[in-house]
Amino acid sequence: MSNSQKNNLTLRFWQVLLLVVVLVAWHLASADNNFAFFFGQPVEVAKVIWAWFVTNADIYRHLGITLAETVLAFVIGTVAGLAFGLWLGLSRGASALLDPYITAANSMPRVILAPIFGMWFGLGIWSKVALAVTLVFFIVFFNVYQGVREVPSTLLDNARMLGANRKQLLRHVYIPSATSWVFSSLHTSVGLAFVGAVVGEYLGSASGVGYLILQAEGTLDVNTVFAGIVVLTVFALLLDGLVSVVEDRLLSWKPKAGETEKL
Amino acid sequence: MPEAALSLENITCTFASNDGSGKSYTAVKEASISIAPGEFVSVVGPTGCGKSTLLNVGAGLLAPSSGKVRVFGQELKGVNARAGYMFQGEALMPWRDALSNVVAGLEFAGTPSAQANEQGREWMRRVGLGGFENRYPHQMSGGMRKRAMLAQTLIRDPDIILMDEPFSALDIQTRQLMENEVLDLWMAKRKAVLFITHDLDEAIAMSDRVVVLSAGPATHPIGEFTIDLPRPRDVAEVRNNSRFVELHQAIWGVLREEVLKGYAQQKRA
Repeated sequence: MSNSQKNNLTLRFWQVLLLVVVLVAWHLASADNNFAFFFGQPVEVAKVIWAWFVTNADIYRHLGITLAETVLAFVIGTVAGLAFGLWLGLSRGASALLDPYITAANSMPRVILAPIFGMWFGLGIWSKVALAVTLVFFIVFFNVYQGVREVPSTLLDNARMLGANRKQLLRHVYIPSATSWVFSSLHTSVGLAFVGAVVGEYLGSASGVGYLILQAEGTLDVNTVFAGIVVLTVFALLLDGLVSVVEDRLLSWKPKAGETEKL
Repeated sequence: MPEAALSLENITCTFASNDGSGKSYTAVKEASISIAPGEFVSVVGPTGCGKSTLLNVGAGLLAPSSGKVRVFGQELKGVNARAGYMFQGEALMPWRDALSNVVAGLEFAGTPSAQANEQGREWMRRVGLGGFENRYPHQMSGGMRKRAMLAQTLIRDPDIILMDEPFSALDIQTRQLMENEVLDLWMAKRKAVLFITHDLDEAIAMSDRVVVLSAGPATHPIGEFTIDLPRPRDVAEVRNNSRFVELHQAIWGVLREEVLKGYAQQKRA
């Protein structure tokens, strides 16, 4: 076994140990009723999760809805951000005109839009999708806008000399360049799509993991709240891992930091 | 005299300064250069004298403040469609592999992809990149990227080839290799070439004619030398030719003062 592998294993060991210590401390502290009321009990939290996934198997519907909202918001927000970013990046006039409004829209605390979306789209999934879209949109939009503005001029000139017309420049230079910027923001935008979906559910809904948490909070059932948090965290990590896989596939042309030039 | 492939007539380029001082900078003033079909012309001059500006004007990427550009007798409007341009910097699209980069020009022109790829493979073999079709630019060395750019430019079979210090970033061995390859390709096709360089040896070894530019600002041609060395040439061997040494001395006599002027200006700035 090499030295670095050994170090890695040692590190993993300490990381797991830290988790165990925290859980045990939590468990011991929760013997106190007052503490348990506010912080829950790890064993009870585990039981709730077990019931959700195995004995009652009733979380899948909620999880499915939350994930559907996330994916929809992610797709809609990304496509809209890409289109809008390309448009403003290429049109000096439009970007000059809209600049202050975009800055304003971006600095507005968008969670506050949730009640409005609730009125417009009802309590179904679309009000949550709308809220999450507003979060994703700006991330993608600003990245694409930047990406379009910062296409190296040599690359553009070269494509023009090779006979590319405006449409071909857009398709073969601006969009690929902007896409690489979108990918660099994928992790953030998937994370925010998830946040938007859950926050939307929490503010008013009839299903979804955010709704489960809201219900539990209403009955002061802190264990279920914690169980919801754990489930959400695990799924956020899974989504992030999925993004990493997709990123690796689609950006194979990109040099990785520290990678040597292969001859 | 036959019609020039590319002629720049009384080109003046004045740029507005962007440091807010309201001053403008005249990079090129009243410059005229003309290249006959099949002629290899090099332009040498001190660094920062506006050589690239002239080339961009010839390519139609930059509209001159005054003056005219004619391409085979026709006044140039917009991008020069009959010219291929090999840039100094990195111009390959990083998201395309070598072959897709090479065939980009054909693709833009609407050539069916099977035919384009076949031509692309042949060009890649011709520039010594056979077998590297699927490499992305970041996986290639500087010399390989230059070869890919060369193939990308020449595959469109342009009547005029513009080159902006194409080999300045290469080491001397790779550079001589590529210079010879370019000469071979040029000998076979005999297109008009406008070649920009700051390297006088390179200019003499490759060209039919060398144009010397004055130091900037307000650059203009101050000397023209016909290079009557026999072809085909080998860029490394031709340097030992006594005529080469004579020409070098004559051109350097004109260029030297401009280089010193340019250097003094840069030091002051």
